[in-house]
Amino acid sequence: MSAEPVRTVAFGVNGETREATIPVRRTLGDVLRHDFGLTGTHLGCEHGVCGACTVLLDGRAVRACLMLAVQAEGHEIRTVEGLADAAGALHPLQQAFCDHHGLQCGFCTPGMLTTLVEFLADCPDPTAAQVRVAISGNLCRCTGYESIVAAVLDAAARMRAA
Amino acid sequence: MKPPVFEYHRPASLTEAVDMLGGLENARLLAGGQSLMPMLAMRFAFPDHLIDLNRIPALAGIAEDGGTLRVGAMTRQRDLLDHPVVRARLPMLAEALEQVGHRQTRNRGTVGGSLCHLDPAAELVAVATALDAELEIAGPRGARTLPMAAFPLGFMTPALEPDELLTGLRFALPALPQGACFTEFARRHGDYAIVSAAAILWPRDGRIGRASITLGGVGPVPVRLEAAEAALAGQRADAESFAAAAACCGALDPMDDAQVPAWYRRRLAATLVRRALTTAWERADVR
Amino acid sequence: MTGFPDTRVLGRDVPRKEDPALIRGRGRFVDDIHLPGMLHAAFVRSPHAHAAITAIDTAAARAMPGVRAVFTLKDLAPHLTDTRLVVAMPSPAYRLELHRPVLAHSEVVHVGEAVAMVVADDPYRAEDAAAAVDVQYDPLPAIADCVAALRPGAPTAHAGAASNLVAEMVVEYGAVEAAFAGAALRIQKRLLVHRGGSHSMECRGLVAVPDPIEDRLTVWNSTQMPHACKRMLCDLLDLRETQVRVVTPDVGGGFGPKLVIYPEEVAVPLAARLCNRPVKWIEDRREHFVSTTQERDQAWDVELATDADGRILGVRGVLVHDHGAWTARGLNVPQGAVAAMPLAYLVPAFRMTIKVAATNKVPVTPIRGAGQPQGVFAMERLLDEAAAALGLTRDEIRRRNLVPAERMPYATPMRTRGGIAVTLDSGDYPLCQRMALDAADWTGFPARRGGGGAVRRGIGLSNYVECTGRGPFEHVSVRVEPSGRIVVATGAAAMGQSTATMLAQVVAEQLGADLGRVDVVTGDTAAAPIGLGGSNSRQAVLAGSSAHAAAVRVKAKVLEVAGELLEVSAQDLEIVDGMVRVLGVPGGGVSLGEVARAAAGQAGFVLPGTSGPALAASEEVVIDAMTYANGSCVAEVEVDTGTGAVRVVHLVFAHDCGRALHPRIVEGQLMGGIAHGIGNALYEFMAFDENAQPLTTTLAEYLLVTATEMPKVTILHHESPTPLNPLGIKGVGEAGVIPIGAAIASAVEDALRDYGVRIDRLPLSPVDVLALLDQSTVLPST
Repeated sequence: MSAEPVRTVAFGVNGETREATIPVRRTLGDVLRHDFGLTGTHLGCEHGVCGACTVLLDGRAVRACLMLAVQAEGHEIRTVEGLADAAGALHPLQQAFCDHHGLQCGFCTPGMLTTLVEFLADCPDPTAAQVRVAISGNLCRCTGYESIVAAVLDAAARMRAA
Repeated sequence: MKPPVFEYHRPASLTEAVDMLGGLENARLLAGGQSLMPMLAMRFAFPDHLIDLNRIPALAGIAEDGGTLRVGAMTRQRDLLDHPVVRARLPMLAEALEQVGHRQTRNRGTVGGSLCHLDPAAELVAVATALDAELEIAGPRGARTLPMAAFPLGFMTPALEPDELLTGLRFALPALPQGACFTEFARRHGDYAIVSAAAILWPRDGRIGRASITLGGVGPVPVRLEAAEAALAGQRADAESFAAAAACCGALDPMDDAQVPAWYRRRLAATLVRRALTTAWERADVR
Repeated sequence: MTGFPDTRVLGRDVPRKEDPALIRGRGRFVDDIHLPGMLHAAFVRSPHAHAAITAIDTAAARAMPGVRAVFTLKDLAPHLTDTRLVVAMPSPAYRLELHRPVLAHSEVVHVGEAVAMVVADDPYRAEDAAAAVDVQYDPLPAIADCVAALRPGAPTAHAGAASNLVAEMVVEYGAVEAAFAGAALRIQKRLLVHRGGSHSMECRGLVAVPDPIEDRLTVWNSTQMPHACKRMLCDLLDLRETQVRVVTPDVGGGFGPKLVIYPEEVAVPLAARLCNRPVKWIEDRREHFVSTTQERDQAWDVELATDADGRILGVRGVLVHDHGAWTARGLNVPQGAVAAMPLAYLVPAFRMTIKVAATNKVPVTPIRGAGQPQGVFAMERLLDEAAAALGLTRDEIRRRNLVPAERMPYATPMRTRGGIAVTLDSGDYPLCQRMALDAADWTGFPARRGGGGAVRRGIGLSNYVECTGRGPFEHVSVRVEPSGRIVVATGAAAMGQSTATMLAQVVAEQLGADLGRVDVVTGDTAAAPIGLGGSNSRQAVLAGSSAHAAAVRVKAKVLEVAGELLEVSAQDLEIVDGMVRVLGVPGGGVSLGEVARAAAGQAGFVLPGTSGPALAASEEVVIDAMTYANGSCVAEVEVDTGTGAVRVVHLVFAHDCGRALHPRIVEGQLMGGIAHGIGNALYEFMAFDENAQPLTTTLAEYLLVTATEMPKVTILHHESPTPLNPLGIKGVGEAGVIPIGAAIASAVEDALRDYGVRIDRLPLSPVDVLALLDQSTVLPST
């Protein structure tokens, strides 16, 4: 097959409806990054292992490299760019990552954050062991994960107190 | 690592999906995409047509129906894991699901997708075999059912005609007291198991009444350790009996490769069978 | 004793300058750069480990939709001054010259070698067309194993080569033969150590942008060495220095391989010039496994001689090193491995022969640690064996041999690869060992060992000394602008180690302590005329020293000019935030911006002060001698004899990297290295079959440590400021990884002591562990 089938697709991204006419084979990760300019979602492996491309699909963390963008039709996607509030204040997880040195090169960070937003919604008072399992599908080569675990426990405490 | 060119189809009903599957050349079904998408990205798969099953509401959902739990093929693994009936009545299924990939892949990955992909190391394949699930299959010639044991024809080859698709499966909810354990050995949390073992023990008069032992990762399809099951029936549930059951793993003929040789899989199977039986018995209410 | 006394920002956990953009997803990594009209490159790569290329047919690929060009070396050669990348660091030891081509043309020598380049409208179409390039290969025998490669009659990695011996050299001092002849104990071991790839989460990539108006070329490149990339482009494309700019955007991790110059980094900019369009190439993860450099196999045949008390008399042996198919950097990995071996201890006589073997695999260049983990593994394995033979504890034999604190600075008989004397500049090695042992409750371990069930517990120890801060210099300029902002520009390259924060701290300490006022430019050849880039745990040591010196000069100038403006003596002034004011008198004074405006001068008016115009200084502080960091690691493990799995229960890491500029960043660097070290010890294995076909080419097959594999880690700090630089700091970027494998091996051997097994290889998979138990002839006590 050589002709390139395309479709017009519309879905919500961080609260706005976005539309694009795209080749059907284009992944959600590529469309967010290249068609919508939301380059905060990173592609680290494109085969569903590293977790860097994790976004929230109707509130659930999924790998954006393992979905075609056309499959997002009618759904709501939230990316790292949509985590801070309308006034620009950081999400408590983002703030805690900064406070605990939970990021170094920052490449895995967006996927960590989106994964953890869903996790803390499900599990607001986690143990360190639960946090480890929650991020076991997100690879980081810089931090050794310890500072991330500390950041998540701190963010969870702040969110419970809020 | 970008997918090759294909045409994309989005049926809204099962009938439409069956028609497309029968009518399109070199078509593949797209369920959760957690295995197919990497295969496309690596260009191991070159379908001309992808039929996306994600917009067929009838294919997803979980319902308790008398003594069975009916699970739609497009049910997300995460929804099955979170279901209260699974937690309460089929704890071994939950135990297996917790070890399927990661939160992000379970959120998207489907029960039917995993079964049809039929990776020999997949937890769902092993546990559905252990629980004697009944599969529901649809095609242009109508619907049929098939026991899970008859589903795998060989390495990653389900008993589906090219124009058929899996629509759901049924788990019998246990009527008799039992103890069950699903355990696996994977290199890291969330990795495919190298070997997995599912054991169910039905106690009778303080002894083992009946035993079911299923192994994943020791052959192209799940293996029931029938010799051990037979040997355990009527035995005392002690270390000696469990070691004897585990010793049956010596007769397994698992795959052999440079990184995980067959002897290692056999040894691992024996360890896991012993441990699964021990835990299953601890969980069995023998009073 | 610890930290920086009387400082405002140095030594403190200030917020990182990198975080605000990265945490919001507003970083700018190379793949985030999108330009109008941009094309995308994809490479056709060899599926063979070794083959002759008999024909390349690009016609079908050229005809595909969206394809703009397809290039082979024949197409590129007329535009290149040389078709090879001559990047090997100098050494008289080479026996084979292995400069790799920009694209392979007559022969491919490893799976993944680039053969042709497709340029298309989008990356999907580029990949479609790459698959349509028809390359005819005539397979040749391949050599996979480095030890086998040196046997007579082995297939040669390169057709027509006399052998696979790339280089041979001897590192030697002292009377080795006499030491062994008179020794009470001799220990001999055969050790196999494997390390894998770097696997930064961001793969390699670049965007090359031609500017036809001024005939210039700008290249955004995810590299650790922007200045070296520029040099290569000027040389190979025959461009003047004013025509080429190389910029490193945010880099998603480096860990070594991004200091190498790769064929794609020449081919893509040339394609951009030939197509007269911006061209992007982003390496995908599968390419990363077969085209980005790795560390791999080393076989060590080593011997240790001691006296009856366990004091080391000598070390000797042979190291065979897997070099891969090309010389992509030099001989520095085996050199670094051998150099690291004796450093922590008093070793009076030493001779190691290094044999570097070509294989049909991806070239080997440094990965975080750069050979040092292997050298430490070799030394520590010998010491454990000697302790057992002499009836000494493992900590005691080390205590008897560690370089004592009172010998510092200790001039070893060794020299670096550049011929510079190796002098251990500062540190208290026995103290670090004691700190680690105490924190790990080493003496209380027997009570934790437990009985003889299926899960066995063990504890192990290792020491390391690491050469850090490789000179000779790094460029840093500091300038106060009329806006009051402070601009710091450097040849150092950031790849996630907080380089901008580090430099801002050093400069702000002198110029008002307000980090928000400091703008740091790293890795831009237009902002820094020279630079050596990021490698060898060098950036804080070299760039930090230059930044400090430049900031001190700028400060003096600020105070002098401000003194003139305020009509007070410079000694009576201080800089606080953006103001220069009279010491201890809040309010009043003059802003940094006003001082900068005054110093900028006005036509026809006399400049204030006596030191010329502008509040600016550049420095390249030259430090040839390396500074040596050290540490000790204790690992406690559980080994499941039913599965072969090793679980690290607790890991204690006591270290000394001199003063810590930012303690939290130091811990972060160490923790990342520790995770990498656990991976190297237990998980990461870059497997090839006997025909040199790679077997682990996805992140599902090549296992990086995840959060669930990390043990409890305790990090302890001791600070012995080095006299070699003004800040007293040593490098820390690689330290974490170095002793981990050795400590875990020691612990596993201890856990399995009832079986009498020896751990002589890394990594140690569960299969390896069960195989060792099977081979054991000792019946375990139960």
